[in-house]
Amino acid sequence: MIPARMAPHEARVSGCYAELDAVEVALFVTCLTDTFFPRVGEAVVRVLRHFGCRVEFPEGQTCCGQPAFNSGFDAEAAALARRMIPVFEPYEQVVTPSASCATMVKTHFPELLADEARWREAAARLAAKTYEFTTFLREKLDVDIGAHLSFDEPVTFHFPCHAREAYGPDDLHNWLAGGKQADLCVPEHSDLCCGFGGLFAVDYPEISGPMLADRLEDLAASGARLVICNEGGCTLSLAGGAHRRGLPLRFKHVAECLAESLGLMEPER
Amino acid sequence: MSTPTAFRQRVCEAVADERVVRAVHLATWHKMEARAESMRQLRDPEAIRELAAQIKQHTLENLPHYLEQFVAQVERSGGCVHFAADADTARRIICDIAAAHGTKLAVKAKSMTSEEIHLNDALEAAGVRTVETDLGEFIVQIDHDRPSHIVTPIIHKDRQQIARALVRETGCEYTEDAEELTAIARRYLRDIFRRCDLGITGVNFGVAESGTLCICTNEGNGRMSSTRPRVHVALMGIEKLVPRLRDLPVFLKLLARSSTGQPLTVYTTLVTGPKRVDDPDGPEELHVVLLDNGRSELLTGEFAEVLRCIRCGACLNACPVYRNIGGHAYGSVYPGPIGSLVTPLLQGLDEHAELPRASSLCGACQVVCPVKIDIPGLLVRLRVRTRRSQPLLKRAAIRLWKWMMKSPTRYAWVQWCLSRLLPDCRDGWSRGGPGPLGAWTHCRDLPIPPKQSFRKLWRERLSDER
Ligand code: SF4
Repeated sequence: MIPARMAPHEARVSGCYAELDAVEVALFVTCLTDTFFPRVGEAVVRVLRHFGCRVEFPEGQTCCGQPAFNSGFDAEAAALARRMIPVFEPYEQVVTPSASCATMVKTHFPELLADEARWREAAARLAAKTYEFTTFLREKLDVDIGAHLSFDEPVTFHFPCHAREAYGPDDLHNWLAGGKQADLCVPEHSDLCCGFGGLFAVDYPEISGPMLADRLEDLAASGARLVICNEGGCTLSLAGGAHRRGLPLRFKHVAECLAESLGLMEPER
Repeated sequence: MSTPTAFRQRVCEAVADERVVRAVHLATWHKMEARAESMRQLRDPEAIRELAAQIKQHTLENLPHYLEQFVAQVERSGGCVHFAADADTARRIICDIAAAHGTKLAVKAKSMTSEEIHLNDALEAAGVRTVETDLGEFIVQIDHDRPSHIVTPIIHKDRQQIARALVRETGCEYTEDAEELTAIARRYLRDIFRRCDLGITGVNFGVAESGTLCICTNEGNGRMSSTRPRVHVALMGIEKLVPRLRDLPVFLKLLARSSTGQPLTVYTTLVTGPKRVDDPDGPEELHVVLLDNGRSELLTGEFAEVLRCIRCGACLNACPVYRNIGGHAYGSVYPGPIGSLVTPLLQGLDEHAELPRASSLCGACQVVCPVKIDIPGLLVRLRVRTRRSQPLLKRAAIRLWKWMMKSPTRYAWVQWCLSRLLPDCRDGWSRGGPGPLGAWTHCRDLPIPPKQSFRKLWRERLSDER
């Protein structure tokens, strides 16, 4: 038996593998990560396994419907919610690398389906068992994120606005600052939007563009070339903007940093 | 392609005006820093915000009761209350009061509500010269401009423009010295104060239990406008009430801090009734005009909480959209995040359907709002109401996308297409393209997705690695 107070990764160290496999996690990888950043998905899997989880990937998953929801297309978003809920129904817990998709599931699914007796409870169940990746590490696995990070170059960060429900800019700051040899270059504005905002970037590129420019200016001025950003949408926007401008910025999810620091993945330069 | 909308045109002009963009960036960042610093000085800023939100929400939920109490108290203290169901009625009431006193010259303290009803135009048309006495509003007025911020009307102007406007109006000698400029305006306005016979102010808070009007200014012009002239007209939205005098400190603590980072505005004027028999000064008449103009309709619906707003302007200062497009692009008296809610709600969703969509929903506004209005959440609710008026092509595209996302097979097919069919413009990055692709790559490149998506990776090696 694992002592009740022992965190799973401590238990792992003490060798209780069989019991640990009982921590079952379904990965909700999100459509952007799946499509554009498979390495982030891989990192999440490896880190979760490292800390004693058995990871499943329900292949029926697609998109949570967030873009439609944010644009006011409730019916379309609800349709996707209804198909996503059963996909994850069989699992004990669901973990996702994206805080905004976690919020979609945890907050907006129950809102969207509040009037549908058939779905209301299932939506609430999924909401209760879904975790944003870093929240899951901290709250369910008792992992001190900073203690496992190490960097061999200066690092800065972009705080994703939609992560606020999961963690704040100060948390992100503290994890990175806690990393070994971390030379943390704090951007002038610690929580400035990158201008993505889902369909907003496509609806109003005239506004999204200058917002992106402001954020990139901040990041480039930080002095670091490695930017930690835990949200696929933001990374897509920021990396694309950096590429357009020829800025030498690289972007990583904290899961990738953890996987590299823990020796679970080859460092990517 | 359809022609760009008026809103989009204004946006394009605004973002191209480097001078204004720079001025607004500097000013808003400065205010944000000042706000953060002054909020830190409160023992428990979060608790105060929560309390402020609750007091306002409670007041709104019991508004008929508090309005009744407020009206009774204003009348008891010798004031006269007028109800204006809409802007037109409010303008008429105020013009009638001016006419009844044969007013030729009126002074006005800064009031967004008076901007909302376009009061100045109505008074001018009725032959009443109305002079703005807030320095910023005064500059706007003599420069035939419009305010671009609800607290700092000339946030978009630099010192040279202000100097030129003052030279033109007062015939003074050109100077860019801030103190001299202020002194020039002060002398000019003092003379107006001396001669005017009607004073118009807004109201920051109306206290229901006592009928007291609370007016906050930094220049003392609110106090001058409400005491010097023979007649004081106070125009207030019906949502401006707070129940008790002892609720005021909660809001006074937050208002100036949120606006400018001051612990308190320089002048906080409390007015209860007109001049009493043994008062040495004060107006002989006090008229309180209560404006509805669409507010009572909001009270019972899902947007009621927008009426908690105390017009501090913090959400504008925090907003990265406002920072880049400035106030005028919104095409409304109320710009910024709160404007994108209030304008369509009070002035018609059809004309202003774009405003709620012109936001990344980053929530910076909500973080700073002293009464904790869920601005991004409400913007989404407004988007729901305008989904049917979205372009046909967009609606069809969203439906098609939903159909694609409903099946993992079709979803994987979309991934396959993206990774193979996007044109490679430079080492794995794409640019340009039709519709949304062109819009996305307007200011950024698009990485071509790797051929091996995560789900392929999972199937091929990750699933059975342990
Ligand atoms: S919405 Fe909130 S932050 Fe914006 S002006 Fe109103 S009270 Fe201030």
